[in-house]
Amino acid sequence: MRLTRLFILFLTLAFSVNQAEASPVDTYVFHDEVTKIRFQALTKELRCPKCQNQNLAGSNSPIAADLRKELYELLQQGKADSEIVSFMVDRYGEFVLYRPRVSSLTYVLWFGPIVLILLGIIIVIVIVRRKPVAKSDLVLSKEQQDKLNNFLNDK
Amino acid sequence: MGKLIRFLPLILVIALGVVLYRGLSLNPQDMPSALVGKTMPDFSLKTLKDNEQVGTQADLKGDIVLVNVWATWCPTCKYEHPYLVDIAKDPQVKLYGLNYKDDRAAAQQWLEHYEDPYVFSIFDDEGTLGLDLGVYGAPETFVIDHHGIIRKRFAGAIDTRVWRREFEPLIAQLIEEKKQGK
Repeated sequence: MRLTRLFILFLTLAFSVNQAEASPVDTYVFHDEVTKIRFQALTKELRCPKCQNQNLAGSNSPIAADLRKELYELLQQGKADSEIVSFMVDRYGEFVLYRPRVSSLTYVLWFGPIVLILLGIIIVIVIVRRKPVAKSDLVLSKEQQDKLNNFLNDK
Repeated sequence: MGKLIRFLPLILVIALGVVLYRGLSLNPQDMPSALVGKTMPDFSLKTLKDNEQVGTQADLKGDIVLVNVWATWCPTCKYEHPYLVDIAKDPQVKLYGLNYKDDRAAAQQWLEHYEDPYVFSIFDDEGTLGLDLGVYGAPETFVIDHHGIIRKRFAGAIDTRVWRREFEPLIAQLIEEKKQGK
């Protein structure tokens, strides 16, 4: 009986802890649906500089909140997505982009996998198409045949 | 040739291992600032001590400048404070403070209670200059050369070891550049 109670208590605690881990709540008012969707998309694409494995949408850190606010204001000013991304990159570096831009620095990142796959395909093709050993080469020469016969007859 | 190809996978795996092993010891927080090589962003903000006085980027020009981002809510800032007091004694660099997202009274009290190492501190309670500088926490320290160009950004506390390793060579180089009139 006591054990059951303890178990229930444990469950309640476990769930209450889960509830405490809520994602950040901001109250931004958007006049149109498109801006709202753009805001949501950008907060997902931009990375929080402080907590490096979270995007702006998912982070509770003060800097993420500041950047969300800045993002909101830039959207209200009618800035284009590309302008907003440049604004962030100018200040926090390429690092803030979860989807890095294609540049000489990121060629390996973008094209490396494709190159590796092509390389793999080429290697497979080369191996498969390599000419099988010709049958005539497998035939023993007269000398070899004699040697073999000798061995067999030795018994 | 044929033998070499046989060892190629082994060589590749070892090379990959070396690269990945090196990755383990890199500090992911150690990021170059996007602003290194650019001029100090324009700003016009009140100073911490005097609400009437305005500090701008023009005030920083002409000297080798350190801008230290600090706040009373930041425990690491307290740790590095004595080292900043020491650094401020060097006549060849000028140390300015950027009081970042702080409470004015608390910050003023901090400077009174401890020593004030800064020529002056800019009061940036909304973090606007902080945002332009790409600041994401405190303490951070920027090195700006005599042309007003940001040469280095360092995130984290300064102490004697960090100063010797991270700052001293650069400061010496900047002093030399300034002497030569570059």
